[in-house]
Amino acid sequence: MVEDKTFSGRLFSIVNFTLLAIIALVTVLPFLHVVAGSFTTSAEMAMKKFILVPTIWSFDAYKFIFSTNTIFRAMTVSTGVTIVGTLFSMFTTALMAYGLSRRDLDGRKGIMFLVVFTMLFSGGLIPTFLVVREMGLIDSYAALIIPSAISAFNLIILKNFFQNIPEGLEESAKIDGCNDFGILFRIVLPLSMPAIATISLFYAVTYWNTYLSAILYLDDSAKWPIQVLLRQIVVLASGLDYSSDLDAAVPPPDQTVKMAVIVVATLPILIVYPFLQKHFAKGAMLGSIKG
Amino acid sequence: MQEAHQENAVQLVRVPQPRTSELKKRLWKNKWLYVMLLPGVLFFIIFKYIPMFGLAIAFQDYKPFKGIGGSEWVGFKHFERLFTEPDFLNILTNTLLLFGMNLLFYFPIPILLALMLNEVRFSFFKRTFQTLVYLPHFMSWVIIVSISFVMLTSDGGIVNELLEYFGFEKVNFLLSPEWFRPTYIIQVIWREAGWGTIIYLAAIASVDPGLYEAARMDGAGRLRQVWHITLPAIRSVIIILLILKIGDVLELGFEHVYLLLNSMNREVAEIIDTYVYTAGLRQGKFSYSTAIGFFKSFIGLVLVITANRLAKKMGEEGIY
Repeated sequence: MVEDKTFSGRLFSIVNFTLLAIIALVTVLPFLHVVAGSFTTSAEMAMKKFILVPTIWSFDAYKFIFSTNTIFRAMTVSTGVTIVGTLFSMFTTALMAYGLSRRDLDGRKGIMFLVVFTMLFSGGLIPTFLVVREMGLIDSYAALIIPSAISAFNLIILKNFFQNIPEGLEESAKIDGCNDFGILFRIVLPLSMPAIATISLFYAVTYWNTYLSAILYLDDSAKWPIQVLLRQIVVLASGLDYSSDLDAAVPPPDQTVKMAVIVVATLPILIVYPFLQKHFAKGAMLGSIKG
Repeated sequence: MQEAHQENAVQLVRVPQPRTSELKKRLWKNKWLYVMLLPGVLFFIIFKYIPMFGLAIAFQDYKPFKGIGGSEWVGFKHFERLFTEPDFLNILTNTLLLFGMNLLFYFPIPILLALMLNEVRFSFFKRTFQTLVYLPHFMSWVIIVSISFVMLTSDGGIVNELLEYFGFEKVNFLLSPEWFRPTYIIQVIWREAGWGTIIYLAAIASVDPGLYEAARMDGAGRLRQVWHITLPAIRSVIIILLILKIGDVLELGFEHVYLLLNSMNREVAEIIDTYVYTAGLRQGKFSYSTAIGFFKSFIGLVLVITANRLAKKMGEEGIY
């Protein structure tokens, strides 16, 4: 576009620019505050209140949270659930998406309708809970994965992506004697890496952030993922009264300790985010409007 | 052997029933595709459709030991109770108020942000901005709520320190009923506003640049171009997202509200989802809370259908 050189045009740009810059800052400052706070002493935190760069660096908060194995165990659970869950979800989603992407498949429209309908109406919490319990998944890590294995939204994104692959490629593979599994794994998947990467990351983030399934299906606190533990440490210890879950004899943790737990629970996302960010806008677009 | 036999059968019946046999052939040809669909279809049946049939317990006095088959049917008893229970009217009001706030305060923001961002000419600034404001979307509600708790606590939280510094009273944001709704909506905006721009930006990107050219020729300034070209161009996307949002009417996010809920703000913070969880799973009122959940899902469905019809009447495409 041509640069607008009039006075009102420039004023518009400056105001617009400033507002956006403020919005970006407001979004990010809390994170920076928490990260910086986790790396300083509780004394400096208590004195300065708001920190973007610590003057006194300290790893005490991290030493403290890793001095017991609770956090470490929760991180292991979350990591395991994220890896296994993402692989499982990708596998089932890709298989189903490929089947549904083939226009010559009878019944495909009916199945698509059933999938989309689940986005509009659901049995809700209690009936779903009863099914999960009936299947004997309570208190197993599988309960965090299997009941949420396929996201209808991700399925539709992937199906649309597969549909855009030229049919000629698939046909020529068939002539060369490939069956449908061969076509999916040798032709379609390698051509769909951007979509696969996006959706894997969507799934991975969801599994890392698992909270609801954990409080619904896990009674055993030794199996808690990091998000549930984070709630125990920060939300419940903030002078609120859900204390029945929490040992009343333990004093509420320092601000710095809370911040360190937040950072630890967020870290994996901050690590994958740069990779994620490259792809997702496109991926989110693909599925969002066309059914 | 089996196959050869079928071939023969096909030969024999070809004349009277050509379509069925062609279908059979196609089904057999695509057998591996059906095998591929199997795990997914099973998933949707078991974890989505069986629970829908499980809604039947809303019409029963469900006893876990007896199961759906053995529990007594009681008709609309639980639904009748809904409308006479003062508790229910309260959670319904809370739910609708949060929904209204979502629609009023959250919904327009991504549109506004996308319009503003579209006016930025430096792509470096634009990219950096997007990277920063998309980020919170990937954080769980536990993380978002935890961060704001650390900032809002009256015990050394930065917000209260600032208030004090500027001579205001400290506010106990986390325990005051009157601060629950503002806290809730600000967190929603903080987490989702940036992410929400993606779809609008994509819609804006497909606008023909010639239109802007022509408008400039006619002497339209920047604001006029936004008003007369960009905004109408994303009208249909706005309507689609509005329908989807309305469909989510009672879907305010169990996790988010549950994390903010405590005994001090329960009066305003208890919504249908959190109530279903506490009454159903904590207190074992399976049937009553299922009835409430059913009511919610049903209203959601009705609203989507209505909103979609309205959109079509307005000459838009709708979502189906």
